[in-house]
Amino acid sequence: MKLFVSDGNPHCLKVLAVAELTGVKCDICHASDDERLVPFLSHPVRPVLLLPCGQHLFKANPICLYFLEVSGRDVCDLTSQWLEWEAAELQVYLTFHCVPAFDVHLFLVDKLQCVARWFEQVNALPVCQTVAQRVQQQKSLESLKRFLQKQPLPPARCRNAPLCNRAEEDAEREMTDEEIQAAGATWSRGLADRPTPAERRHPILPQEGKRNVLITSALPYVNNVPHLGNIIGCVLSADVFARYGRLRGWNALFVCGTDEYGTATENKAREEGLSPQEICDKYHAVHASIYKWFQIDFDHFGRTTTEKQTEIAQDIFWRLYDRGFLIPDTVDQLHCENCQRFLADRFVEGICPNCRYPEARGDQCDKCGRLINAVELKDPQCKVCKRTPVVRSSAHLFLDLPKLESQLEQWLEQSMSTGNWTSNARHITRSWLRDGLKPRCITRDLRWGTPVPHPDFSGKVFYVWFDAPIGYLSITASYTDEWEKWWKNPEKVELYNFMAKDNVPFHSVVFPCSLLGAQDNYTLVSNLIATEYLNYEDTKFSKSRGVGVFGDMAKDTDIPSDVWRFYLLYLRPEGQDSAFSWADMALKNNSELLNNLGNFINRAGMFASKFFEGRVPQMELQQEDKRLLAQVGFELRQYIQLLDRVRIRDALKCILNISRHGNQYIQVNEPWKKIKGGDEDRLRAGTVTGVSVNVACLLSAMLRPYMPAVSATIREQLCAPANCADAMFQGAGSFVCTLPAGHRIGTISPLFQKLEAEQIESLKRRFGGQQVSARRFSFLGGLPTSANPERAKQLLQEVAEQGDRVRALKAQKAEKTLITAEVAKLLQLKKQLAAAEGKNPEPSPQKGKKK
Amino acid sequence: MQKTLSESKRCSPITVKSLPVRSNHGPAALQSPSNRAEQRSCPQWRRANMALMELASLEKSLGFKKANKYSTQGNNKSVQFDPGGDRKSMQRDEEGRYLEMLQQTPILQSNKGAPLIGLVTIASHLVQEAAQPELLGRTAEQRAVVRQWLEYRVTQLDGCPKEDIRSILKELNQYLEDKVYLAGSDFTLADILLYYGVHHIMADLSVQEKEQHMNLSRWFDHIQHYPGIRQHLPLVVVLRNRLYTGGHH
Repeated sequence: MKLFVSDGNPHCLKVLAVAELTGVKCDICHASDDERLVPFLSHPVRPVLLLPCGQHLFKANPICLYFLEVSGRDVCDLTSQWLEWEAAELQVYLTFHCVPAFDVHLFLVDKLQCVARWFEQVNALPVCQTVAQRVQQQKSLESLKRFLQKQPLPPARCRNAPLCNRAEEDAEREMTDEEIQAAGATWSRGLADRPTPAERRHPILPQEGKRNVLITSALPYVNNVPHLGNIIGCVLSADVFARYGRLRGWNALFVCGTDEYGTATENKAREEGLSPQEICDKYHAVHASIYKWFQIDFDHFGRTTTEKQTEIAQDIFWRLYDRGFLIPDTVDQLHCENCQRFLADRFVEGICPNCRYPEARGDQCDKCGRLINAVELKDPQCKVCKRTPVVRSSAHLFLDLPKLESQLEQWLEQSMSTGNWTSNARHITRSWLRDGLKPRCITRDLRWGTPVPHPDFSGKVFYVWFDAPIGYLSITASYTDEWEKWWKNPEKVELYNFMAKDNVPFHSVVFPCSLLGAQDNYTLVSNLIATEYLNYEDTKFSKSRGVGVFGDMAKDTDIPSDVWRFYLLYLRPEGQDSAFSWADMALKNNSELLNNLGNFINRAGMFASKFFEGRVPQMELQQEDKRLLAQVGFELRQYIQLLDRVRIRDALKCILNISRHGNQYIQVNEPWKKIKGGDEDRLRAGTVTGVSVNVACLLSAMLRPYMPAVSATIREQLCAPANCADAMFQGAGSFVCTLPAGHRIGTISPLFQKLEAEQIESLKRRFGGQQVSARRFSFLGGLPTSANPERAKQLLQEVAEQGDRVRALKAQKAEKTLITAEVAKLLQLKKQLAAAEGKNPEPSPQKGKKK
Repeated sequence: MQKTLSESKRCSPITVKSLPVRSNHGPAALQSPSNRAEQRSCPQWRRANMALMELASLEKSLGFKKANKYSTQGNNKSVQFDPGGDRKSMQRDEEGRYLEMLQQTPILQSNKGAPLIGLVTIASHLVQEAAQPELLGRTAEQRAVVRQWLEYRVTQLDGCPKEDIRSILKELNQYLEDKVYLAGSDFTLADILLYYGVHHIMADLSVQEKEQHMNLSRWFDHIQHYPGIRQHLPLVVVLRNRLYTGGHH
């Protein structure tokens, strides 16, 4: 039996005390506090007792009780009660931290009249004295207390601390003299005659001697309006990286598009009375406009329902087929004799075999969430004609993943070791491989999809997960005929896939297997960037419950797109889930953007225009200025290092650190006072202003991937030369003087606006599930809350008719009560109409009738 | 094979007096005046219900014919619990706040002596009363392991901040990798109380998350189907077959 303890830990104290008291034999090992001894616990704990059976005990009280028990002592209810209280209540209070060390002597409870006396008594027991000495060499109660108070809270209670303080810690880093001198030298290099970067010219193709980066973000499914989580998870993250890549002078291509095939589209089309193609057209436009508003700068935003898709998917299919990676098998499926088709997935409903929910779908029950095999449904019904389908077997093709497994593993090892894979991506992929791969069905008995070209499987289409990732290729092909230069060029092209973590296995296992099996020298993913989930105010985004902000609503909030981008990127779920919160958004806007970043840039510019006639003044750098240059340069290099590794959220903190340094710098040097002083003071004011304006110029460059509009505004205000970003982002990054003395700047104006508490409160109400009750209400009153053009048309008609009726009554001088009743009806209808048009159903304030 | 808990020896109910909460002795006297409960947004009685509901369920599982009555402590007034009442409101209408929930300490006063305070203590006591000591572990080692998980339940799991839930799930999942029950191969009180304790978390997990914590899900499903255990709690669906195909649509 081994007992692991560490110094100064009160929990160890009591375990040792009991060991001493009971005389139980065990080896006592001292282990440092941060060593993990219990394999399944995520935090290291002490004490730990390794039982003879190999189990670990990692809680002090059970260890104590175990010692008591093996030494033949009884454990009564009262003892256990006190220990429970100690563990659950007492340990919570830091101030009481000195007590648990001694409460092991619970056989003394009957003597407990007052804490102090008990404490003294216990403390006086020789056994405690020995042990206390052993653990921390000091006997005095006072010193013990002090010692313990210095201890960090037990890990279980101090985990609320903010996660990543790295950036802030580094920000406080002291600069060495060499660093400071080097920063000064770099600064004076200036812009030299760096050529202006070339305009982006389409089509972008891989170039010899350049870093060719192909960036994709997971294809959003066409019939869902994306919510903020979807946006940050793929398109926005990919956009920041693509913009950054262009800034770094990489040859980057960023493609994305809507994923349009599948049963969900077919059903949606039926619901809205349109053809699937029309549905796709409609929602593709919705998606495109949302991303446009968010300033997602795709090189091409395409779609999967194209000729190219069919061509490329079928080519990959034949290659896989010819090489024996597709295996046929038959599957029992429901077939509707009336509609002449197999009822895949969502085309059939019936009673759930597990929970008897009457409207379970063919693939999954909405009530119990269980995955269902459609043939198991009780009383199945064709969703289209409501008739009972029959069971028929249908032949399908399966991608033989087991056969490709070793090839896949080999490639994965190479890709993961050289490329950038987020840890969740690595983990999910490994767990898939660990569980062993199984053949996956790649065909479906549907109509809306890419047709399977094999004659034996005519009338079938590819399953979306075989088909959709091929969309990356076909969308690139729609962009340029020379798409193969990107997609069949693994030596020259680095492929970055951005997605949320639920998409990982399809990008790291299934799709690479298709491409590996096709043996056509495809470019496989070398960097797989997966985010965790973004929650909404402590719950999940939910379309059906109306909780959360969806892409199309963000622009109705009157909050600029750049601020949305900033906040989403600020809480990008890197490494762990994060949550969107209105209050926090307002806080971050007001503290970081307005008071920190905006304030600094605005002050720098205002000083130059007010005190120096809109010109960058003469600068004579002193040690203090160079120290700032060194700090800023350090943050810039950090920023580049982080973004090279796609740590988008962390890199954003570097920007904020720079403006924090800048604000401090201005505050300490007080140029607004010095400008009124003598020549020397005036020169000092000039230097501080000049350096600050240059830092602002650097910030505009660093902000470009995150807040493109704000970045452009700053550049415009400062009249920054076009090649300045280019110069500073070379190599590891260097902060040079881009706005030399005499440079004329433009008109300075504030960049950000305060978000007021009332505004935020009203937004919170608007998006925070209030819609749920509104929807419930609408159920009763027939008042649809979401936009519904069909209904709106109908209501418009009704409003017109009712209006006529009211006018007619008034013309006839009918009874007042009658008129009032009809007017009320009219108002009700108008309200419904507003709702159906997707407007706020609040009635507009009544206009006074008197003219 | 599995013996229904309630098939075993029945025992007589314990007579109950209500307890003045702020007694001058016992743990209550030591409690800090700034009570944790006051800082939480959840109504106090509801929090209390959590622990009391569990004890009522445990009694039924153990085969008590008549329910004991409990009170809770933690605030200035004691809360009486009626096991039949207001279960509906316990259900998911408070999803979010479930996670923040802290337990109020339940109190049981039996006619055999001092009142018993604390979920684990009362539960262990009930198990003894029901003459099923094996539920506390068969060997000294096993008893230690059971105690450890009971303590884990009240210290780590209860009132666990939302952002820590993942690490708890991970720990449990990893621990259960090679075990049928928390104490190895025997069903114990630790399984019952931990099952009650993680129920609200499991109920909120997506199919995919449950799949990620496969060992935990397997254990959880096993326990909820263990005869007589589930009682007041709704069944949480745990899939036996791995799917992970529905990720896209």
